[in-house]
Amino acid sequence: MIRSTGRIFLTLCLYLGELAFLFLETTGAILRGRIRWRLFWQQVNEIGSRSQMVVMVTGGFTGAVFAAQTFFQFHLLGMDSAVGPVVAISMCRELGPVLTGLMVAGRVGAAMSAEIGTMKVTEQIDALRALAVHPVDYLVVPRAMAIFVSMPLLVGESIGFGIFTSYIVGVKLMGIQGTYFISNMIQFADLADVSIGLIKGFVFGILIVLISCHQGLHAREGAVGVGRATTDAVVICSLTILVVNFVLTMGLNIIFPA
Amino acid sequence: MNTSISIEVRGLHKTLGSQQVLRGVDLSVNPGETMVIIGRSGGGKSVLLKHLIGLMRPTSGEILIEGQNIAGLGERQLGAIRKKVGILFQNGALFDSMNVGRNVAFPLLESGARNAGVIRKKVSEALGVVDLDGQQEKMPVNLSGGMRKRVALARAIISEPSCILYDEPTAGLDPIVSDSINRLIRRLQRRLGVTSIVVTHDMNSVFHIADRVAYLLDGRIYFLGSVEDLRQSADPRVRDFVEGRSGEAE
Ligand SMILES: Nc1ncnc2c1ncn2[C@@H]1O[C@H](COP(=O)(O)OP(=O)(O)OP(=O)(O)O)[C@@H](O)[C@H]1O
Ligand SMILES: [Mg+2]
Repeated sequence: MIRSTGRIFLTLCLYLGELAFLFLETTGAILRGRIRWRLFWQQVNEIGSRSQMVVMVTGGFTGAVFAAQTFFQFHLLGMDSAVGPVVAISMCRELGPVLTGLMVAGRVGAAMSAEIGTMKVTEQIDALRALAVHPVDYLVVPRAMAIFVSMPLLVGESIGFGIFTSYIVGVKLMGIQGTYFISNMIQFADLADVSIGLIKGFVFGILIVLISCHQGLHAREGAVGVGRATTDAVVICSLTILVVNFVLTMGLNIIFPA
Repeated sequence: MNTSISIEVRGLHKTLGSQQVLRGVDLSVNPGETMVIIGRSGGGKSVLLKHLIGLMRPTSGEILIEGQNIAGLGERQLGAIRKKVGILFQNGALFDSMNVGRNVAFPLLESGARNAGVIRKKVSEALGVVDLDGQQEKMPVNLSGGMRKRVALARAIISEPSCILYDEPTAGLDPIVSDSINRLIRRLQRRLGVTSIVVTHDMNSVFHIADRVAYLLDGRIYFLGSVEDLRQSADPRVRDFVEGRSGEAE
């Protein structure tokens, strides 16, 4: 029992060490200017542009149901106009970043680990290395930079859509007074809430890129190995996002007190 | 560019998993020489080649390229050596997200070439050498196995390395293309003084291109000598390989 706990602990430490190493290698390469802009733009398109549909639908419908549910409850208390700020604050602080993180982990993280993993098992990574190209420079750096740029924007987009649909549901469907809805929202939700969302999005982006690329670079043994790396990437990303989100919520609350 | 370089392997051991693949390989390749490595399938030839450019790390032993031991170098430090040494992977290892033209141009682009006209011309030359000029737009998945290998060969030679490692360059190719690749290997050696290490099963190719032949058996160099020595060797294990294998190449 003690021994297996010890082994799990060691594996975890080793894993975190590898991630930290990949992080340092990546930031080092970015700082030293080993950036391939063409690949960067390609990844921005792949990660940023093509994730928009998913993120808009997620943000939009979450905002809509959240507005509906809050309305059902608050209506009983005669607090209809509180729906706006409640939805806005939850979307900014929690739902926007977490749901976007989870969706991007599923869409982008899976693609990254599958693509890099396939390159690994078909010796394309070795071919890169043999041509004096560092795999981190070529594969991880463009993806990391693209996700640094895209994630906050995607989170912003999902928050925006969430609030927009909550307005539609709250005001047009449930009959809350539009002006109250908005003025209360503006009064209670402020820049701090948005900042929290964007910071979280940024952190989740880093986690997704590191975990997925790491899984890909360490893929083994053919198609099965790539499959495993891909599923692991999505699972680890999702769980990490949920755990780290809690830590961030507590931490950011100190910086931006409610 | 092509100042020939020497390669020396000393006491190379490599254990992969529980298997001792290499058990003390000693081999020294002179500048400008073509060394052919033969050996049984699964005998560790590809593993040996991968050690020579630091893609695998020895369990113990030294690998000296131009006198410098690369066994202890980090990934980024290996860059300088790797720019001088080209490798043709056994399976080609083409980048499947790029078309043939970009694959071949890759080493040039990565070493900073920017002039599109010059690059296009060099790519077309390199592909011409392997008889594939005009196929630039095809994607690797749509190529036959032999074509993939030839594209990979074009990619390995385009930046004119001073040393080229070939992992079974003629396996799976028709006799005519095989012959032209054998000629290419010899031409690169004669004209540019390229140091070559060729792993092959093809005895025909051995007799055509080798200056010296090394027979890798049980993780060590069992036989080392000129083509003439190989022909005349009375050693039964060497004879088995030379005759047995040539029988299979029909
Ligand atoms: N990455 C690896 N992990 C574990 N074992 C490996 C690895 N690469 C090669 N091996 C093992 O090492 C041995 C030698 O493999 P290698 O590919 O060098 O053979 P080879 O001599 O090139 O054979 P062939 O002529 O068929 O290409 C094999 O038994 C193989 O299973
Ligand atoms: Mg091999």
